[in-house]
Amino acid sequence: MTTITVEVPSVLASTLDGQRSLQVPLPEDRTVGSILDALGERYPLFARRVRDERGAVRRYVNIFVGPDNIRRLQGLDSTVSEGQDVLIMQSVAGG
Amino acid sequence: MNQARCGVALFAMDNDQRTIMAIGTKKGLWLAESTDRETWTLNGPHFLNLEVPSVAIDTREGRTRILAGVNDWHWGPTVVYSDDAGATWSEPEQGAIKFPADTDTALARIWHLRPDTAERPGVVWAGCEPISVFKSTDSGENFELNRGLWDHPHRSEWGAGFGGAAVHSIAPNAADENVIHAAMSTGGVYRSTDGGTSWEPRNHGIKADFFPEPFPEFGQCVHHITADAEDADRLYAQNHGGVYRTDDAGDQWNSIADGLPADFGFVFLSHPRTGGTVWTIPLKAAEERNPVGGRLSVYHSTNAGDTWSEQHAGLPDADWNAVLRDAAAVDEHPETVGVYFGTRGGEVFASNDEGAHFVTVAQRLPDVLSVRAAQVNGAGQ
Repeated sequence: MTTITVEVPSVLASTLDGQRSLQVPLPEDRTVGSILDALGERYPLFARRVRDERGAVRRYVNIFVGPDNIRRLQGLDSTVSEGQDVLIMQSVAGG
Repeated sequence: MNQARCGVALFAMDNDQRTIMAIGTKKGLWLAESTDRETWTLNGPHFLNLEVPSVAIDTREGRTRILAGVNDWHWGPTVVYSDDAGATWSEPEQGAIKFPADTDTALARIWHLRPDTAERPGVVWAGCEPISVFKSTDSGENFELNRGLWDHPHRSEWGAGFGGAAVHSIAPNAADENVIHAAMSTGGVYRSTDGGTSWEPRNHGIKADFFPEPFPEFGQCVHHITADAEDADRLYAQNHGGVYRTDDAGDQWNSIADGLPADFGFVFLSHPRTGGTVWTIPLKAAEERNPVGGRLSVYHSTNAGDTWSEQHAGLPDADWNAVLRDAAAVDEHPETVGVYFGTRGGEVFASNDEGAHFVTVAQRLPDVLSVRAAQVNGAGQ
């Protein structure tokens, strides 16, 4: 089974049993959406932090596949290749 | 399953002589405690840097539950609660308030949290953005969308006030659980007489001077409504421009602004036991939105707004900060009711004698968005 690495900021670690880096199976369709769906089933609070109840990625949350923000790719349909990491970060926002 | 988000050593609530105040701000929540409501101890921040536009203190069911609507600009809005005076906080993993999938809508902000009467334990109301009412029957741990208002045919014509489009005031009728009033900006006052199944606009007499027709059926920018303590059909409304009272559950509103230095404002408070006793905090017109002449005062009436008297003892002569709608509260102290409010300048004031004099509880906090206070019920930790 192929796995990939998902990394999250420290503020989300408490929603993932304290983990900031997780090895997760690469789903059959290889999409970011499916990766988040699988994580969300196990960690519902994590899911709610990253996506709203429509399933959309929250406005000030950025998800990168390798160096690329999925908003510049195919959004949640963006695919992840073996060896690539998924990085979740909060955007620069606030005042 | 609940998850504690933070733990902070706090107050020892081991008797019922203590009053606790929750202060939600633009960047965190503070708690204050007092045994005489004159000298206060401030603790916080909780949820540092997160917006807390709504708080409630529910003293029913033999405990003191603090509820907070917390808005994390990155990670979304949520409702948290504490049953131990803020030592620990919990939130349902699935989220207390969320829109059903078929609405294709996401919760943006929790504007108002309102425990119902003592006779309806467990019932808590929430007014939210986008314009919606949610109801909990388990003391705020899970809420359900009110479909009657969500599916209302007027929805497409409701607008957004400067702060967003939300239900910001909910007034359940103390005598009849089927009667509920809710107010929104902008849309005005709506009333349900069937427990929330259907809603009708009830704005006759409330001016909307930003429309060509100043007395529309709906569309008013009502800033806050509250119910009278004794007369179930009497409610009060602080409007965008105008202060009103209805004596027939909203069928007709009449101005009670005479005697006030301005008819703009956000706050309206009603005594928890004495009918006709109310408070408001006037602000100078929509274009300025600060205390008239910089003199921060509360205005008090004991005859349902027919006449008003200024309460200024202990308040600044020069303060140019507004007081927002949920940033003011009364407690239910059995002897003399306390009056509380905070300003956008981060000052918080408390009165233990129904507004006759105020003391400063906090200064230089972030903008105060929500304030509630209650005498502690039941032992805490």
